[in-house]
Amino acid sequence: MSAVLDHPHGHADDHAHGQPHGWRRWLFATNHKDIGTMYLLFSFAMLMVGGVLALLIRAELFQPGLQFFNPELFNQFTTMHGLIMVFGAIMPAFVGFANWMIPLQIGAADMAFARMNNLSFWLLIPAALTLVGSFFMPGGAPAAGWTLYAPLTLQMGPSMDAGIFALHIMGASSIMGAINIIVTVLNMRAPGMTLMKMPLFCWTWLITAFLLIAVMPVLAGAITMTLTDRHFGTSFFNPAGGGDPVMYQHIFWFFGHPEVYIMILPAFGIVSAIIPAFARKRLFGYASMVYATASIAILSFIVWAHHMYTTGMPVTGQLFFMYATMLIAVPTGVKIFNWLATMWRGSMTFETPMLFAVGFIFVFTMGGFTGLILAMAPVDIQLQDTYYVVAHFHYVLVAGSLYGLFAGVYYWGPKWTGVMYSETRGKIHFWGSLISFNITFFPMHFLGLAGMPRRYADYPMQFADFNMIASIGAFGFGLMQVYFFLFVAVPMMRGKGERAAQKPWEGSEGLEWEVPSPAPWHTFETPPKLDASGTRVIA
Amino acid sequence: MMKTMISPGQGLSRAGLALGGLLALRPAWAVNDLPGGPAVRQLDLHPPMSVIAEQQHWLHYFSLIICLVIFVAVFGVMFYSILKHRKSVGHKSANFHESVSVEIAWTIVPFIIVIFMGAMATRTVVAMKDTTNADLTIKATGHQWKWGYDYLKGEGEGIKFYSTLDATHREMSDAGKPQGDDYLLKVDNPLVVPVDRKIRIVTTANDVIHAWMVPSLGVKQDAIPGFVRDTWFRANKTGDFYGQCAELCGKEHAYMPIHVKVLSQVDYVKWSEGKKKEMAAAADDPAKVWEVADLVARGQKVYAANCAACHQASGKGAGPIKALDGSAIVQSDDKKELILIMLNGAKGGAMPSWKTLSDTEIAAVITYTKNSWSNPTGKLVQPAEIAVARQ
Repeated sequence: MSAVLDHPHGHADDHAHGQPHGWRRWLFATNHKDIGTMYLLFSFAMLMVGGVLALLIRAELFQPGLQFFNPELFNQFTTMHGLIMVFGAIMPAFVGFANWMIPLQIGAADMAFARMNNLSFWLLIPAALTLVGSFFMPGGAPAAGWTLYAPLTLQMGPSMDAGIFALHIMGASSIMGAINIIVTVLNMRAPGMTLMKMPLFCWTWLITAFLLIAVMPVLAGAITMTLTDRHFGTSFFNPAGGGDPVMYQHIFWFFGHPEVYIMILPAFGIVSAIIPAFARKRLFGYASMVYATASIAILSFIVWAHHMYTTGMPVTGQLFFMYATMLIAVPTGVKIFNWLATMWRGSMTFETPMLFAVGFIFVFTMGGFTGLILAMAPVDIQLQDTYYVVAHFHYVLVAGSLYGLFAGVYYWGPKWTGVMYSETRGKIHFWGSLISFNITFFPMHFLGLAGMPRRYADYPMQFADFNMIASIGAFGFGLMQVYFFLFVAVPMMRGKGERAAQKPWEGSEGLEWEVPSPAPWHTFETPPKLDASGTRVIA
Repeated sequence: MMKTMISPGQGLSRAGLALGGLLALRPAWAVNDLPGGPAVRQLDLHPPMSVIAEQQHWLHYFSLIICLVIFVAVFGVMFYSILKHRKSVGHKSANFHESVSVEIAWTIVPFIIVIFMGAMATRTVVAMKDTTNADLTIKATGHQWKWGYDYLKGEGEGIKFYSTLDATHREMSDAGKPQGDDYLLKVDNPLVVPVDRKIRIVTTANDVIHAWMVPSLGVKQDAIPGFVRDTWFRANKTGDFYGQCAELCGKEHAYMPIHVKVLSQVDYVKWSEGKKKEMAAAADDPAKVWEVADLVARGQKVYAANCAACHQASGKGAGPIKALDGSAIVQSDDKKELILIMLNGAKGGAMPSWKTLSDTEIAAVITYTKNSWSNPTGKLVQPAEIAVARQ
């Protein structure tokens, strides 16, 4: 704190703090807002790459029979779609939000470790290039599924090593980002911003950051063992040498289950900011929201093997993981109920951020319920590795995480860019996305119930109609995101549109609305003095 | 890269065209429900054909109804609120933001509901895992990309065979012209079991993880290389039941279906006796010395069933898969290298080991490749040479 307090004033003359221009501003960026912007643009680019892969998958599945791609290439598409969306699109997007909003929300001048912040972003670029570039390696990209199950990974070509390397770099980037967020939140809050006054977005990110630090090294271990099995004669997962392929799954999902909460908790935080703002009413049950988030995070460590009911666990294992998994419904339910109680007897308006937030609650809950059904081990035996699972996790990751991100972009975008988006275009984006999303993924529930396995390049003809509907929806959904970029995001970035007021939303609260729009390059250089609620600057 | 691949750009534009003309030109699939397999536009789980499948069915409805009731209740309240508590109808916001009793209630009640749901499923979890006292034990081995069945214990003990997708279906898939109600589900040798008997399926795999699934019978069990796992079913009706491999196992993952033929007990005994005789008759004398023409004819069948999926019927391979047509190794006078590749695999498993084939089959398929396409070398490999190479 003292470093911030002692910061020299009149730094226009201070050459050490001169603002770099042109490409230097971005390559050597240490400003949290610049780095946040780069994270968001990077993640949107990756969303487009992953989205094109998804559309190639849906094009092939539009009709039974192989029309466009051989099954080998198809498997590369499904694998890379998953890896790119998880590690390239969703996770960096939330880090972008954290960079932009956490210092603004807690009244800090910047992130704690500005140069590490720069490194954690720029590491993503070579990692992404390596990952996407693996398509052009001999034998093509990894094709073992995003879960990279052994021993199939041992059969992959050299691109598997490139993929492992890329994941390592992305993991290092995530860990650095997480450390930065924890240190910033714990040490750089303005005086008076106690932990229990902190906006929920900061809380959910604080908890997410701990999850990241806990599980990214576990993934690193799993893929390193895969690497040594591939090249250095070890047999961690290779049954021919006495290894255990199921051990890989245990290690992977010990990472993988917390990972899905890493991708949803910050979205909970965004929605928890937006619902009260547009209901013009304080968030209901703030403390229980914090406790529920922490409970979800803790429970996420003891449910991993519900991804593995069909591996043939002993009966006690199945029962333990079934009950533990179902318990997660309790804190998740608390969150839904709290949002509902926040809306109840409010004075609501439905600008685009609110639409996405309410859409999030509605569609995410559907994904939550299918999760509860999948948690029942006997039912999961029917549905494991079918399209039902595909439907389930796209309901929580697209309609959950991605809608949370869009809600946040519309809500805070005016603060970032200083201009309002077009409300009509925002509504077109919302309704177009909601409808096409459901056309894409709702029929997949039926396909899964009927037993269509996932990761199939071709399928029995009885599944044809629902696949065709899903493919049509997918292309619609893809187009809506291009629309968002061209007609919402680009105009805002170019400053085209109505000037945004300092506080464009009548009911919003928090320190980010205490600085002008667009937020100046440096904010809160001296710690602000806060009122008792921690939401207003009084001096 | 391979023959069916076109560039992503072309793919997109073709898909775009397809999308445009779609609603008007929806192809009229000549397809009907497949009894024991998927139905056209099926909305629900398969009709259950075993006790476990019935319980899964019941549990699915049970949990679905609970979820639907909660969903309607919660979102009924939310949409009521959205309609009534909006600024545009002049609603002023209230000022409450905490209620300990309400918060405790909506923690406790869901807790009780999920524990209740778990309790209802527990009995089935225990029953599913009880594989004791089986009448018939069969080992299902996943191979890239077919299933091998060994009748280990019970009536029919000793029967073993492979079950492979009908080769014409794989060709229809490549050609993009699928046909038939059992498209991608038809195999050469279905797994045959008796009705009303407890069948224990022991799963394992030869290369990577596969999963043995038959939805109608309520069974899905991963087949893991180096490990054995088991599951069971007791079919309560005769008939044909279909499933597919449910764990990503490489490029032909979609092409290794499972077909279980459930016979009456009398018919099953007849089948097993017939099958044993057939196996005895078909068993090759490994010491037999073959003529080229006979061995080539035999090898053609082996090739179609095992090799053509990758190396293609034309022998030209595709992409990273080596062409056999014109291959120096295939044409070589030195038979040893080709025999060792067949037995041990090559390229780190990209070419799998085929040592599970019999000596005669390996000799036949090698002879076939040496005398087909542009490789008319006239050379042949006798089964005895394989037996020597195995040692």
